[in-house]
Amino acid sequence: MSKHHEIDEATGVSTTGHVWDGDLKELNKPLPRWWLYTMYACTVWAIGYWILYPAWPTVNGYTKGMLGYSQRETVMREVQDGRKAQESFRKELAATPMADVRKKPEVLRFANAIGAAAFGTNCAPCHGRGAQGFSGYPNLNDDDWIWGGTIDDIHKTISFGIRGEHADSRAGEMPKFGIDKLLEPAQINDTAEYVLSMSKKSNDAAAAGRGSKVYAENCAACHGEKGEGNKELGAPNLADAIWLYGSRKDDVIMSIATGRGGKMPAWSGRLDDVTVKALAVYVHNLGGGK
Amino acid sequence: MKHEVIEKNSILLLVLTLLVVSIGGLVQIAPLFWVDSTIEKVKGMRPYSPLELAGRDIYVREGCYTCHSQMIRTLRDEVERYGHYSLAAESMYDRPFQWGSKRTGPDLARVGGKYSDQWQVEHLINPRAVVPESIMPGYPWLAKTPLDVNTIASKLKTQQTLGVPYSDEMIQKAKDDLVAQTKPDTKEAKAVLARYPKAKVANFDGDDRSVTELDAMVAYLQMLGTLVDFASFDASGPNLR
Repeated sequence: MSKHHEIDEATGVSTTGHVWDGDLKELNKPLPRWWLYTMYACTVWAIGYWILYPAWPTVNGYTKGMLGYSQRETVMREVQDGRKAQESFRKELAATPMADVRKKPEVLRFANAIGAAAFGTNCAPCHGRGAQGFSGYPNLNDDDWIWGGTIDDIHKTISFGIRGEHADSRAGEMPKFGIDKLLEPAQINDTAEYVLSMSKKSNDAAAAGRGSKVYAENCAACHGEKGEGNKELGAPNLADAIWLYGSRKDDVIMSIATGRGGKMPAWSGRLDDVTVKALAVYVHNLGGGK
Repeated sequence: MKHEVIEKNSILLLVLTLLVVSIGGLVQIAPLFWVDSTIEKVKGMRPYSPLELAGRDIYVREGCYTCHSQMIRTLRDEVERYGHYSLAAESMYDRPFQWGSKRTGPDLARVGGKYSDQWQVEHLINPRAVVPESIMPGYPWLAKTPLDVNTIASKLKTQQTLGVPYSDEMIQKAKDDLVAQTKPDTKEAKAVLARYPKAKVANFDGDDRSVTELDAMVAYLQMLGTLVDFASFDASGPNLR
């Protein structure tokens, strides 16, 4: 075969020398050179890769490679480098007492920047991108605060959550007046009318009148005699125009019947202390902070 | 050796073909025998509780993996956003694993505990109710469909056959445990926690009349990525044998 050399007349290409059925021959069309050499180069590259980088499993582990590359170390270093770039700001934010953050423009700007980033991924799914809130998830832009709107109050709420498993979680349970049959349906209806009358939304003065007595006995202890609310217990203000679960009568009846009791996770532990602090600054700074 | 020799000797061709193919096979198959050494030992991993397992089956059934990955890669942006990168051990009881290959929605490897049960419920029923810009479809039927609790023991049994360390007691109590995980503050719920540490007991869908598919789904979502205690985890350290 090696000594064979024949040129096909019709095409001018050499043949392989294989002959079938007496006269059927095969043209010799090798792989394009560029392709072949690229493949050789890739093979050499692969061998180099095996030597330099982690590649082969062994009995007790794997070959580590001469460069000592580790994805885990690389990502940890990158995260640390990122932290290092922020370090002076982080230290200053950590050292600045909550109340003084607003007095230091540099610290405030930094806290707002990382607070906004953390808010986007962790808080926005419930409270909304613009912190505008949804039914059951409070608006954080206004100055109506269920658990207090000072920066320390906000910090505590973010750190430990609401009605959660954390030992320092905000706690305050409203009874399920309907589900647990603490009140009759008619009483719930009357109470709802009375609650609505506080913000002049009731159309049934008689029912509201009857409801005022039920309210005084069952609700006033937490929500206040005039519906002013109690931030210690997370009992919302009922007399203003802001409603967490809606201001339709059905919404109010549902709140009385089920007790609602929305929950918020604790973020200390999940996020680092400086980020939690920055979140408190960010939320406080949205506009409604006290 | 000239190639012509191989081509003209069928036995030689056969032997050499087998040799080449078996190398390819070995490269793929052999590592499976060392799987114990590639999955590093970490503290906290346990098999899914019956309710979580049922939720996981619904997650697979509804095709959640087509839009959500469960794999936080070792990249800074992922670690900063989602938390510690995923470990092989964290999906060692997943058959099949839910790493996924595409993210239309966010990664869910550590979504457990990030949002309240109530949010998960509202979001699953109608994502736009809480995230107006979301393009995720709603799954309102989960809330209305009672969970099939009668097959759970056989599901655990299947997992046991595949090597997941379910004890016979766990299989026997599977149905009781499944229901008990939705009944906080009961004796049965305590038994669930004893068998499945760190499990979350809650009336997940807010409706305690029956155990629905939504209960199972939320129970599963709320435990994702919560088992390993990363305070005692060392990336370079003795976790890897």
